[in-house]
Amino acid sequence: MLIPAFVVFVTFFLLPMAKLIVLAGSGEAGLGEYMTVIKTPRHFESLVATVLLSATTTIAALVISTISGVFLERNRFRGREALISMLTFPLAFPGVVIGFLVIMLAGRQGLANEVSKALTGNRLVFAYSMAGLFVGYLYFSIPRVILTLMAAAEKLDPALEEAARSLGASRWQVIRDVIVPALKPALIASGAICFATAMGAFGTAFTLATNIDVLPMTIYTEFTLNANFVTAAALSIMLGVITWIALYIARSLAGSTVAAAA
Amino acid sequence: MSQTVQPIDIRIVDCAKTFPDGTRALEPLTLQIEAGETVVLLGPSGCGKTTTLRIIAGLESPDPGGQVLFGEDNVTNQPIEHRNVGMVFQSYALFPNMNVEQNVAYGLTVRKMAVEKKNRRVSEMLEMMQITELADRRVDQLSGGQRQRVALARAIAVRPRVLLLDEPLTALDALLRERLRVEIDQLLRELGITAVYVTHDQNEAMALGDRIVVMNQGVVAQTGTPRDIYYKPSNAFVADFIGTINKLRGTARKGRLQTIGGSLPWTGSDEADVEVLFRPEDASIVLLNKAQLRGRVAASYFLGDRTKVLLEGMSEHTIVVETAERKEFAKGSEIGLIIKPDALMKLD
Amino acid sequence: MMRRNSLFYLNLGFTLLVCAFLIFPVILSVMAGVTENFFQGIKSGVTLRWVGEVWELYADTIFLSLLIAVACLIADLLLGVPAAYVLAKKSGRTARIIEETLVMPIAIPGLAIALALIITYGGFRDFRTSWLFILVGHVLYTLPFMVRSVLAVLSSFDFKTLEEGAASLGAGFWQRFFTIILPNCRSGILAGSLMVVTLSVGEFNLTWMLHTPLTKTLPVGLADSYASMRLEVASAYTLVFMVMILPLLIALQLYGQPKDVGRSKQAASGDGKALT
Repeated sequence: MLIPAFVVFVTFFLLPMAKLIVLAGSGEAGLGEYMTVIKTPRHFESLVATVLLSATTTIAALVISTISGVFLERNRFRGREALISMLTFPLAFPGVVIGFLVIMLAGRQGLANEVSKALTGNRLVFAYSMAGLFVGYLYFSIPRVILTLMAAAEKLDPALEEAARSLGASRWQVIRDVIVPALKPALIASGAICFATAMGAFGTAFTLATNIDVLPMTIYTEFTLNANFVTAAALSIMLGVITWIALYIARSLAGSTVAAAA
Repeated sequence: MSQTVQPIDIRIVDCAKTFPDGTRALEPLTLQIEAGETVVLLGPSGCGKTTTLRIIAGLESPDPGGQVLFGEDNVTNQPIEHRNVGMVFQSYALFPNMNVEQNVAYGLTVRKMAVEKKNRRVSEMLEMMQITELADRRVDQLSGGQRQRVALARAIAVRPRVLLLDEPLTALDALLRERLRVEIDQLLRELGITAVYVTHDQNEAMALGDRIVVMNQGVVAQTGTPRDIYYKPSNAFVADFIGTINKLRGTARKGRLQTIGGSLPWTGSDEADVEVLFRPEDASIVLLNKAQLRGRVAASYFLGDRTKVLLEGMSEHTIVVETAERKEFAKGSEIGLIIKPDALMKLD
Repeated sequence: MMRRNSLFYLNLGFTLLVCAFLIFPVILSVMAGVTENFFQGIKSGVTLRWVGEVWELYADTIFLSLLIAVACLIADLLLGVPAAYVLAKKSGRTARIIEETLVMPIAIPGLAIALALIITYGGFRDFRTSWLFILVGHVLYTLPFMVRSVLAVLSSFDFKTLEEGAASLGAGFWQRFFTIILPNCRSGILAGSLMVVTLSVGEFNLTWMLHTPLTKTLPVGLADSYASMRLEVASAYTLVFMVMILPLLIALQLYGQPKDVGRSKQAASGDGKALT
């Protein structure tokens, strides 16, 4: 009963991935292709930029989502459900759409432009810079992280906080000593997922077409415009490995099998 | 009573079980269960009782060489689907996607019984178990006791050759357990079906079993009627496991058994070192000058209908006696006991 | 902890701000899609002509996306549900390893998977230029979600004992599978299905690499329009997409958590690395 899925999987995933790995090592430099790739300034910059962007997005998303997520989980008030729906709505947006929304906000004809012109006389166009990318990445990260954090916050044992308070801990101390440590696994897990997603994000960068290339864009360019299949393959493998490691960390912290809320 | 299936006898011959991970759950076991008999497999967890039941059911197969026979049929190689057994699981295993009626009807649906006949049989079962009003309810709306009855109804509906019950009452609270125990007992007698019942609760075993098979670590410790087991335990394990047992050690000479606590009349032969057992209810608390054994109260527990008194100084072990007298026993006070004649048991 | 103190309002304000950040651009885009002229704002009038243009230009992308989503769902059901059952039934190392490998496509960026597929099968002309090529990518990517969802439900109740119960009543394997296992997995299958369809409709990373001018899905069309069409048309197209996705998202909110059979709800919010 597992066989059909397995066959499909082997044919369309394992085999091609294997070919990809082989291809990456089949260029003139052989396996050294992987190293050369890092040594090429453009590629290296791209890698660094992607890692930095993903990292900052992750941290920002974690902070924002923890504040809002714990707040929403703990409090019941009218309109709460609506707020939660609004926060998770963008979950289904493909990166391209998010890129478009960023352009609407901050592009040449965007809102930020108009507003800043009116206020300061200077046109503020940041859609096509790192800032724009950051905004876009944040946009798709927050919904994911918030959901996971809310789920984790639900499982927090109120007795622990009550015990801390009974021992005299202030609000901040309770947050620092009880809540955050208890949330740590969820924070790390969702942080790793956020990082992995950001690393592999393509659509957003594609639409925003910045001159700073993130790694997926570099891969795309190498493949389609420069027909450097080998380079593209090597870069893809590297990207895949980094992403897989991040997700592996997330899963091993979140619990045993796929069935756990990762 | 329309349970008109002729009860059959069950024979297990040389059935052992070793699990794939190496655990030896059952040593070669041979057991004969008479038609219509209720046999209880009793023992602590890990003793092999559930494994034995599952081998009879067909959920496990015995190691090569073992045989299971239902009457004249050798069913060893038949999977459970074909053995026509009725099984009640510890967790009841009621299907959450069906209501009570559909659950009870399931075995009949599988056998493709005609709808009218099936409905009649289901109503009959619901009535027998007194759950007719629950027919439409979903499983998660039922209480523990109700689920129990549905599980029984479902198992009996198919007119199984044998009824197998795996700790059916363990998941219920004490009060409910007692009540349902009586009901199950009555049900089994009414049906006249051959039944194998697994439990770790000796009260259940004694109340329900025509015969009890006491098991320990994959081996049968003793087989017998409840009275046999209780009054004539054949080894230390059974003596300890069933009820409370008191142990005395002493020297037997010339018709008297001399122990630390005193001397008792002795009908056996002379022996330098003898260990005897007796049940708490066979000892009475008496005035010191009339006592056979003397000791001190270590602790006493008022249980409402009786008081349990723990005594020391009479034996290496603590002696437990029970009394219905409305007395209080101060710790350290001296107490005397008389033991009923013939109440002393000796293990071979 | 129901004290409505200043901290509460601070948090509330913060959360509202975050909400605004997420929702405001959406509203903006919706408005742009139905205004005559974005730059003149709502004063220029509300119109559906942009939507109409979108339909003329991109109707085929909408249909293709729907076709692929449905086909993907069917494939995932047929492949994934039995697979989840086998994985749930067998404990032990091989099962875990298989699970890990099945989940791999989520970990590898869509781009890389697409590249790998093109390199391996790009040579088969007919296959390469048909929508089936895209379908393969989608199935690879969405299958783990279906498997995971069904696995979550199966782990929440003791299905093995239920099967034994059914077997003791005479039911054979397939009978047990269809009358006992599947009905009790309903919530997981539903949640998984919604997830699969939502993911498929919105998938871009894989699809962009795999598409040809004749096999364009909705997100691919969107990317096209962002690059080449005027703002209003692009917005209207985005609006159409959001309208399509909204019912799915609502359904996901309502039915998206596989309910434990007979227990309280379990948060199976899933791997966030769903759509980028």
